[in-house]
Amino acid sequence: MLILSEDGGVRAVEDRFTVLGDEEGAGRARPVILSRARFEADAERLWSEGFELGVRLAADDKVEDLAYDLPRLAVVALEFPKFRDGRAFTSAVLLRQRYGFLGEVRAVGDVLLDQAFAMVRCGFSAFETRASAADWARAIGRYAVVYQTSADGRQPAFLARATKS
Amino acid sequence: MYAYDGLDRSLVRDRVDEFRDQVARRLAGSLSEEQFKPLRLMNGLYLQLHGYMLRVAIPYGVLSSAKLRALAHVARRWDRGYGHFTTRQNLQFHWVKLSETPDILAYLAEHDLHAIQTSGNCIRNTTTDPFAGAARDEADDPRVWCEVIRQWSTLHPEFSYLPRKFKIAVTASAKDRAAIKAHDIGLRLGRDAEGRLVFEVLVGGGLGRTPHIGALVKKDLPADRLLSFLTAILRVYNREGRRDNLYKARIKILVSELGLAAFAEKVEQEWAALDPTEIDILGTELARIRGQFALAKLDPRPAVSRGFEAARTREDFARFARNNIAPHKVQGYGIVTISLKGIGDTPGDCTADQMEAIADLAESYSQSEIRVTHAQNLVLPNVALDDALALFEGLRAIGLASANINLASDIIACPGLDYCALANARAIPIAQAIARRFEDPIFEEAVGELQVKISGCINACGHHHLGHIGILGVDKKGEEYYQLTLGGSGAEDAAIGAVLGPAVAAGDVADAVEALARRYLEVRQPEERFLDTVRRLGPTPFKAAVYEHADTV
Ligand code: SF4
Repeated sequence: MLILSEDGGVRAVEDRFTVLGDEEGAGRARPVILSRARFEADAERLWSEGFELGVRLAADDKVEDLAYDLPRLAVVALEFPKFRDGRAFTSAVLLRQRYGFLGEVRAVGDVLLDQAFAMVRCGFSAFETRASAADWARAIGRYAVVYQTSADGRQPAFLARATKS
Repeated sequence: MYAYDGLDRSLVRDRVDEFRDQVARRLAGSLSEEQFKPLRLMNGLYLQLHGYMLRVAIPYGVLSSAKLRALAHVARRWDRGYGHFTTRQNLQFHWVKLSETPDILAYLAEHDLHAIQTSGNCIRNTTTDPFAGAARDEADDPRVWCEVIRQWSTLHPEFSYLPRKFKIAVTASAKDRAAIKAHDIGLRLGRDAEGRLVFEVLVGGGLGRTPHIGALVKKDLPADRLLSFLTAILRVYNREGRRDNLYKARIKILVSELGLAAFAEKVEQEWAALDPTEIDILGTELARIRGQFALAKLDPRPAVSRGFEAARTREDFARFARNNIAPHKVQGYGIVTISLKGIGDTPGDCTADQMEAIADLAESYSQSEIRVTHAQNLVLPNVALDDALALFEGLRAIGLASANINLASDIIACPGLDYCALANARAIPIAQAIARRFEDPIFEEAVGELQVKISGCINACGHHHLGHIGILGVDKKGEEYYQLTLGGSGAEDAAIGAVLGPAVAAGDVADAVEALARRYLEVRQPEERFLDTVRRLGPTPFKAAVYEHADTV
């Protein structure tokens, strides 16, 4: 898995989390990622047993439904069922901008190198991909200028012009 | 005209590098065609019947002489010496090689041109009134807002993988020369009772297999809140637009499935929830952009140009003046439309030589400014009436003086089966055959305004639904047939044409159109356009005129 590091670079890391299937026994306390259904059924119990929790949202799940629990979540994994399906971009922006979510926003599913730039701009911070850290870093650093604000806090051209003059 | 600064240029250059890298990975095989397809499409590169086609963006249809010369160079060096202007005010090169496209884009970038977002499921090139900045009846210059939208929508990280393509058009006049009601979003700029600039926002227009006329979703939107409101619409669409069926993925389907009121409610909720200070254009930036579109100084001219009046005693020039020159907001000037629809021409095609000659004429007579119209013609927006005759002669020398704007031979036609892999039938030869029927200018002018629009398949790139006479290529057991529609309009009185009757054979289309025009001359009332007569009488008399002889299926 690749993650954005503090300095804005990209690092390959071992994934601390394991996916806990809907029917699987919970086992000992550890970092796990749940489906939304399992999360709704089981989150309180798992938290009380000391689990660290993440939730995986399908493309048509609404981040609004998680709002109340967000401060307690370590990871929200957003799924790209096909790379052409761009719903997760909006989900990520809302998590960061509307709900101020500070945990990990992870891209899972069909995660394409050529979308790295858009993902990072929308607030994704972790990527389940086979691409190398070097390629990923190059893709996200591709553009020196952006035109619009997004969840990454980059200064867009219109603000750069305003501060220049 | 908007001039790129270092920031705009940097982005275009970085884009070329990115695409060069993607093409290299594709040619090396590390990107599959499936993965490469959306990437090349977002750079305007299509795979067509004969090979690759590159669609170059002409933001809101505005070109300078220098840019037009650069396009001529591309046509000559990397294509077959011509290009094709499209209904989205862009330019297509139909014969490029994949391996050469990075070089073409690099060359274009040197001239502040690119192919970003001319295709793909993203926000496409915003289109506008080709008379913008020169029209008498506009509330403000719509190009200012097109440029604002261009910047906001370029490489928008959230809205680059929408359910489907997304088209925005802007007008600032009561007379709609931008077909705003046929767009995913149509914007009409006007002034409210206090004189402030406000937008009327229409949503859900579009053609294709289920044509819709855009519906009003917001009145009196303060102009400086435009980008946050667009963001709200796009966000609702990105999340809720259908992705299960290609043909139901446009926003028009979402609007009609939810109902306009429910859709508008969702947009308002999203708009209320987002932080406008992060999105809406700053006053200083708006002023900077507006400053670049300030009308270049036009020397004051007398209201009546003696040279122009004298020239009008010549019948050919008089006809050109009647049909191709529109009034300008500055006294003594006119807006000249150059028809790319000469008899026998391919609608919208322009050779490299013609492009260069037009660039020169624009430099001499129109402050080096050229516009592309959605009817696939070109416009020189700032021509002194004193110069009109010289311009006319210049155009005649390059075979572009057809005096047929908005007349029957000023046909919109998509590339059709001559180029397009999706086509059922040819469109270009049909357009040429129809144009020949109106070769006699006296007959053509007697018929008057008549918009004929031809699409080679149901995707409707030729806007046939909006034609006063629409022609749609259909496949009947492997043969090319054409369905006729009547009564459509893409202007302020927008309407979808109604099917007239059974489809007719390729050889009968020109007969049918001529029969419709002749029937109109028989039954019209004074001052009625073809469209008005159709609307007054309905299809019956026209149906009879067409189906008396035609070979139908
Ligand atoms: S209308 Fe059909 S045939 Fe014509 S260009 Fe569009 S897709 Fe091709």
